[in-house]
Amino acid sequence: MKFGVIVFPGSNCDDDMVHVLGDVMGQEVSKIWHKEKDLHGFGDGDCVVLPGGFSYGDYVRAGAIAQFSPIMQAVKAFAAAGGYVFGVCNGFQILCESHLLPGVLLHNANQQFICKNVWLRPGTNRSPITSDLDLNQALKIPIAHAEGRYFADRATLDALEQNDQVLFRYCTPEGAISPEANPNGAERNIAGICNAQRNVFGMMPHPERASEAVLGNSDGRGIFESLVSSVLV
Amino acid sequence: MQSNIETAKNLGLTAEEFEKIVEILGRSPNFTELSIYSVMWSEHCSYKNSILQLKTLPRSGKRLLVGAGEENAGLVDIGDGLGCAFKIESHNHPSAIEPYQGAATGVGGIHRDIFTMGARPIAALNSLRFGIPDNPRMRRLVAGVVKGIGDYGNCFGVPTVGGEVYFMPCYNHDILVNAMSAGIVKEGETVSATAGGPGNPVFIVGSSTGKDGIHGATFASADLSEDSHEDLPAVQVGDPFQEKLLLEASLEAIRTGAIVGMQDMGAAGITCSTSEMSAKAGCGMRIDLDKVPTRQAHMKDWEILLSESQERMLIVCEPGQEAEIQAVFEKWDLPCEQIGETTAGGRLEYFYEGEKVADVPAETLVLGGGAPVYVREQKKPAYMEEIARFDLGGIAEPADYKAAAEKLWHSPNLASKQWVTQQYDSMVRTGTMTTNRPSDAAVVYVKGTSKALALTTDCNSAYVYADPRKGGMIAVAEAARNIVCAGGEPVAITNCLNFGNPYNPEVYYQFAEAIRGMGDACRRFETPVTGGNVSFYNQYTHKGKVIPVYPTPTIGMLGILDDYERMMTLDFKSEGDRIYLIGTSRDDLGSSEYLRNILNVEYSNCPHFDLEEEYAIQQVIKKAIAGNWLQSAHDVSDGGIFAALLESAMPRGLGFEVKSNPAVRKDAWLFGEAQSRVIVTVRTEQAEAFERFLKDENAPFESLGIVTGLKLIFDGSDWGNVSGWKRTYDTVLGNIMQ
Repeated sequence: MKFGVIVFPGSNCDDDMVHVLGDVMGQEVSKIWHKEKDLHGFGDGDCVVLPGGFSYGDYVRAGAIAQFSPIMQAVKAFAAAGGYVFGVCNGFQILCESHLLPGVLLHNANQQFICKNVWLRPGTNRSPITSDLDLNQALKIPIAHAEGRYFADRATLDALEQNDQVLFRYCTPEGAISPEANPNGAERNIAGICNAQRNVFGMMPHPERASEAVLGNSDGRGIFESLVSSVLV
Repeated sequence: MQSNIETAKNLGLTAEEFEKIVEILGRSPNFTELSIYSVMWSEHCSYKNSILQLKTLPRSGKRLLVGAGEENAGLVDIGDGLGCAFKIESHNHPSAIEPYQGAATGVGGIHRDIFTMGARPIAALNSLRFGIPDNPRMRRLVAGVVKGIGDYGNCFGVPTVGGEVYFMPCYNHDILVNAMSAGIVKEGETVSATAGGPGNPVFIVGSSTGKDGIHGATFASADLSEDSHEDLPAVQVGDPFQEKLLLEASLEAIRTGAIVGMQDMGAAGITCSTSEMSAKAGCGMRIDLDKVPTRQAHMKDWEILLSESQERMLIVCEPGQEAEIQAVFEKWDLPCEQIGETTAGGRLEYFYEGEKVADVPAETLVLGGGAPVYVREQKKPAYMEEIARFDLGGIAEPADYKAAAEKLWHSPNLASKQWVTQQYDSMVRTGTMTTNRPSDAAVVYVKGTSKALALTTDCNSAYVYADPRKGGMIAVAEAARNIVCAGGEPVAITNCLNFGNPYNPEVYYQFAEAIRGMGDACRRFETPVTGGNVSFYNQYTHKGKVIPVYPTPTIGMLGILDDYERMMTLDFKSEGDRIYLIGTSRDDLGSSEYLRNILNVEYSNCPHFDLEEEYAIQQVIKKAIAGNWLQSAHDVSDGGIFAALLESAMPRGLGFEVKSNPAVRKDAWLFGEAQSRVIVTVRTEQAEAFERFLKDENAPFESLGIVTGLKLIFDGSDWGNVSGWKRTYDTVLGNIMQ
């Protein structure tokens, strides 16, 4: 299995994702330019990552223009065929704008960009990025976004919860999912979700910024370990 | 269009300068040529009033790969075949008029200075000075500057890892926005800002050229006044997305090997980049302005030449390799137009709509060439007599120390700056080690090596105001102390010299003295000056009265940790650890936050500082870190020992119990800002041996007390839980800004 990290114009966490997947996790990883029209050589058991950043400057709306990049047609086909697609931050925004995931990401409730450590509680083990996580353990993972307030209509939110599609919720350091632990006003403290088929997943926080001892925080590493062990199966 | 002395004066030139231009050209310049000289001979581009002083600074050292002023930024050898390019620059005037765009383009400009040398920016810092935020206008400036820096840097994708924010009355009219960038480049991949020689194609790449920022350099070289808002077109507009593409395309273009030289377009746009690159190579250029992609129709030739539209580069490439450059920029969907070629003979010839619109010798335009050089008159400022009269004996000790401390703790200068810093992406590129481990300097590890960069910006301008020379020394010393307390070795500095009008003899005295002090300190710490910028005219004329800012020579220092595992942090680690002050307490409250902000004393001495004492303390701290003695190290600066102790206690929610030194006034001990002091902690079982080590080193020290679980106990009295002090610390600035 191998990883491909898509580079949109304005992606700026692509190097970080390649570094963590390649140098830290020891996986085969390559960059894929957004003008490519197909995912050469990517198939069963491989994973395509949409990294963070400001694709197309986030002009219009975060992720709104990237969905029209040539590569996104290939990503949609890859996802439809069951391939793993993982979006972080701007990547999550693009997946929602492309309707590969339900809902949208609105401006933070305080109308400011927020960069800080927050805590997450995994909501389920039934996804490739949460399979090996302890559901009672809060993870310290940073956020860095202006548009990260997850929103969907009530029916969609109910369906996400009933189908066990909520992967992460913002919580206190002790693990309590409460309004004061919600950094951006996200509906039901949602920080990350997957699709009904569980092969497309996205999250606003940046696990790649918390996966190395040198950074003083390895809480995100379990997410990548889950992913690697899931896709290797 | 012909021009005369009146036109020259309107463009900011003097009558003598006009005569000199006539002499150089052997004729009267036309308006376009005069415009070219006016921007190139502005203070911003020519350093005409500062260069003689700047040349007294130490500008060489074994690690420097280029000399100060030779390229767009300093370049330092950090080993492992890598160099670090770094520089600080001001964007004060634009930010005062249009805070969002002014600050944003300041960030964009400084990053361009780094990647035009072939280095990839990996860290940004900024030093911000605002007036007292007790009014909507100032809060609007603060919010606008912070959002501008955040939006630009966040999108560009370089972490903002450190800096400083001050609120002082002297900046009520003129705010200061200084932005710093540091980047990494492999040996052999650096690019020079040179045209090479005759016969090379010249390209303009990046954004198209519009009417924004015309005469920005001239605007930055004049006092702000009630009419400054009419200069709004002189403020540029930034597009960080475009800059991100320009970064990636430029670095990719460098790797083709086709590039001879490259320079970003900052102040004075095409004029500055064509003249500096030509002058450096001793050649000229023939430029066809019709070929410059423009944003609007019917631009005048001089508008194209002077436009400060952002996110543009001038590239000179090897003849025959044009297609390789063009292919890279096409990939990134960026305009890339050949606008001319280099020529023999050293003349810059600009053509537009079939006519030669300007013809000037490149050499005569640039610093070190024909640009004028002045020495200005100096006079010791009158206010310094008031400072000399200050007597600490006239200051009464507070009746209630806890109440005084609480009041001081509400100063936005001491409060957490998280309202600001959380709007900046501080972690992108996953190198920021200080996110989870607070330290006196920002520490960023260099991927693929065992090294880390330690970076800081420092200047307490109240000290420089009280004693320009000593204050200049302290700015350098504090920066070095911060690097040392982070476990790094100070290596080199960049500086941003923010002063009033150089034609004011009192201002020029401050300038010359501050530079003397900086020079002395830089020589002692072996941290040469690699470059930076000078920002004069930070003064406001109101109803005939001139109000300059405090002299503010901001120091941006680069330090290196050869082994990032040796990084030192400032937070107390465990209950029971012993707390020591390395250095000497003194009966000194001079220029402290307490004296200025709580007791409202405007004139007092610069805090105690002795260069040799400082140097010795820093060597002891280095040895203590190398000897694994320390659990934490944090220097004593604004807010004195009181603030330093709390800053160390808060990160882990620990408390402390300390006793003051009976030989020193209690208020001076607690709140004084005498320099050359560091608070450290050691494990209790090592305390005895540590004291022996300090005695062997002849290091002055005081045993302050111990780290405890919860409370702040000072001289036996209970000042409450540290968590309460932290709540205040975390919310003061946010409450002001609401």
